[in-house]
Amino acid sequence: MKRLVIVLSGFVLSALLSGPIENARAGQKGMELLMSRCASCHNLHGPAPTTLAALWARKGPDMFYAGSKYRKKWLVSWLEHPVRIRPAGMFYADHVVPGPEGDVIDPSTLKPHMALSPADARLAAEALMSLRGHDDLIAKETVPPGSISKSMGALVFDKFLGCIACHRIEPDYGGLSGPELYTAGDRLRPRFMASYIRSPQAWDPKIWMPNKHVSDSRIVQLVHYLQALSKGGSHG
Amino acid sequence: MGRFPDFRTVLLSLLIGATAIPGTALASSAKDNYRTYCAQCHGLQGNGRGVNIRDMSVQPRNHTDAQYMSTRSDQDLFTADQKGGLAIDKSVLMPPWGDTLTSAEIRDMVQYLRTLCRCKNSAQ
Repeated sequence: MKRLVIVLSGFVLSALLSGPIENARAGQKGMELLMSRCASCHNLHGPAPTTLAALWARKGPDMFYAGSKYRKKWLVSWLEHPVRIRPAGMFYADHVVPGPEGDVIDPSTLKPHMALSPADARLAAEALMSLRGHDDLIAKETVPPGSISKSMGALVFDKFLGCIACHRIEPDYGGLSGPELYTAGDRLRPRFMASYIRSPQAWDPKIWMPNKHVSDSRIVQLVHYLQALSKGGSHG
Repeated sequence: MGRFPDFRTVLLSLLIGATAIPGTALASSAKDNYRTYCAQCHGLQGNGRGVNIRDMSVQPRNHTDAQYMSTRSDQDLFTADQKGGLAIDKSVLMPPWGDTLTSAEIRDMVQYLRTLCRCKNSAQ
């Protein structure tokens, strides 16, 4: 009887611990994956570049606050099937050449992002979501649920604030030096979008996106607009 | 010994460096800032033909256009750079760089613009 109790206790204890242990193992594997396959191009530890030399040398977006920035579902999907988000690469000036009609992107300088297997994409996304940063900035933002018509949103984005100069809102419409925004609602967390619009330099001190001192109400309109642009966007 | 350069060689090198490239540190800094922040719209060559311009409703200024640039005062250029186009009744597409560049960097940028247009403000 005593032996049976010991065996059963061990079994119960093992069952109770297996979940957290498995999760810890997966987390460790995910971090190892980030270190071995992502760290050569992505900054996993911070801080963001504070000099132009460091800014120009950056090969991919900083990931040390990925969990504060990205939506996990999008990360898993994108890592399996990566498509270019920055039409002119990480630093546009390195991928642009003067042409007869003006500067044009030199596609030969752009390299595709590697694709991960479904299992590795899940592991990497899980690990990335554990990397959080600037929680103080995120905590300052509130994006209430709501909507805006695409026409009103376009007016704010384009005519009132001039964001169209650098960002695409359709696959073939808008500027090229910033990331495309027609998938931003799927890609980014609403409060991150709000915080980044409020002060790009608070996240990335040398970035070539200006602080336009956008008002609180306009920031909410912009986030709702970006969510409207990508139909999968949701609040949270 | 031959380990350290002769004092006269060092002095000569310093003199050559100081006279050959006056204000280099200032100019290269503004040049780097231009490449990072301005070239996306105004072009790598400053000709107003940056990579972003195709869908812009107002085209960026050609900074090599001496005829136009000489009509703008240094103060106008400073204000536009720091506070954006709206501050001088120009386009919202020209953003304010006052949270990105220091006042000193913007002053350097104004001087760099003068080297691009090879002009001065005609009223000055």
